[in-house]
Amino acid sequence: MDRFLFLTVDGLARGAVLAAFALSLVIIWRAARIVNFAQGAMAVATTYIAFTVTSATGNYWLGLASAVVAGLVLGALVERTVMRFVGNTNPLNSVIAGLGLLLVIQAALGMIFGNGYRAMATPFSSTPISVGGVSAVSPYDLFIFICVGLMVVGLALLFTKTSLGLRLRASAFAPDLARLLGVRSSRMLTLGWALSSAVGALAALLIIPTELGLNPHAVDTVFVYAFTVAVVGGLDSAGGAVAGGLAVGVVLSWVSGYLGATLTPIAVLVLLLAVLLLRPAGLFSMTKERTA
Amino acid sequence: MSGLLVMESVSAGYGPVPVLHGVSLSVAAGSITAVVGANGAGKTTLLRTIIGQLQPAAGYISFDGAALAGTKVENMVRRGIALVPEGRGVITELTVEENLRLGGLWRRDRAAAATLLARMYELFEPLARRRRAPGHQLSGGERQMLALGRALMANPRLLLLDEPSLGLAPRITAQILGLLRTLCDDTGLTVLLIEQNVRSALSVADDGVVLNLGSVVAARSAADLAADTDLRHTYLGF
Repeated sequence: MDRFLFLTVDGLARGAVLAAFALSLVIIWRAARIVNFAQGAMAVATTYIAFTVTSATGNYWLGLASAVVAGLVLGALVERTVMRFVGNTNPLNSVIAGLGLLLVIQAALGMIFGNGYRAMATPFSSTPISVGGVSAVSPYDLFIFICVGLMVVGLALLFTKTSLGLRLRASAFAPDLARLLGVRSSRMLTLGWALSSAVGALAALLIIPTELGLNPHAVDTVFVYAFTVAVVGGLDSAGGAVAGGLAVGVVLSWVSGYLGATLTPIAVLVLLLAVLLLRPAGLFSMTKERTA
Repeated sequence: MSGLLVMESVSAGYGPVPVLHGVSLSVAAGSITAVVGANGAGKTTLLRTIIGQLQPAAGYISFDGAALAGTKVENMVRRGIALVPEGRGVITELTVEENLRLGGLWRRDRAAAATLLARMYELFEPLARRRRAPGHQLSGGERQMLALGRALMANPRLLLLDEPSLGLAPRITAQILGLLRTLCDDTGLTVLLIEQNVRSALSVADDGVVLNLGSVVAARSAADLAADTDLRHTYLGF
């Protein structure tokens, strides 16, 4: 029972980060109908900035803030300089552009910072606290829950309670119609990319210290998991990304804990395949038509 | 030519395919002008050209005496022109209230936007009862009311309407056209109405324009057009 509890809580913490990463993919998908394959590399780039700032100042929080700000800037930059000119006549265009960007960013990071792994410190201990003799949750797990929780609540408030959020949603659902209503859809798209990239930056910063360390390819596998989460939840559903992230995180933790870590990639692929076969739009997908 | 909206010798189309050929028309302030014609006459293209979604290959369009050329689509509403597109264009993932609020979001004056919102709920009572319902739950008539209300939230001087009767029961169409007439008479709103339902359109309009294969073949008072049997038989099919 102790093991089950530990694996479940650990899975939830990892799932929370996967949810954040998936959320970053969902934001772009909703805004531009693009799966951003460069999202992982962009997030790693911002983590390098956090690493550099933290190393120079000794302040983790300054590093965290700089990663989020760098994420905002990088997202806007990618949209304004690359994705805007890709065109949407063929969905493959954005896929190829995203993959190209992924290679360029990873190569650039390798040239600037090297390809070796760099250990990243966490602001809190990763050792589980023992409560009543049961080791379940670590202070860093709690930190992850709080960060992702605040981010999800913040995004939910932004999108549902503010005029800016309404503009963002309208531009995402029906950009041409939104323009007729005076919304500057082009700016909203840029903002969507910026937000998505900042969310990805936070997710990467949270998960990289728990993996092997910082490296240009540090979140390659995490990206595959996050993509699975987004598909499981429904690429159109922010709530699906959160629920899917937590569920996938727990399932992966159980598989890893009970069947062996080598089986987790297979478990992810089986899950992805099952959802694509049974409910291709995702478990939480809603409407197909956005205007009528 | 004088009028709130003036088009002079406007030609426009899609890429190399011309649709409008030297269209000239004038819409008087505070009036309803109905543009009628068969399928493919260029009615929707006319509206898309006015609102800036298509750039004219030739000709001149002015609104309130100033050229519209170079005005971005998203700035048309700031100049006082709102469009209700064909098929209504309600954003189904947003609620009724969110759709309505969207129409007035460009305004900085929040108090004025709140007043307009309350006015829309007075004008379109069924929407007031369903303000939290998502767009996809609305009937066709309610969606048309929502699209119209959302455009009116911009408090436009010129309202462009593309086929508001499409897919609606005659009773609902009559209600909506009647409401437009009242708005024009009470508030001085100017309406350019594209409509296939010629009888209904001419019955509420002050002026009428008959479009055929991208050219204006007649532009007179709506009553004159409705009474011209030859014209109706030749171009309007009734």
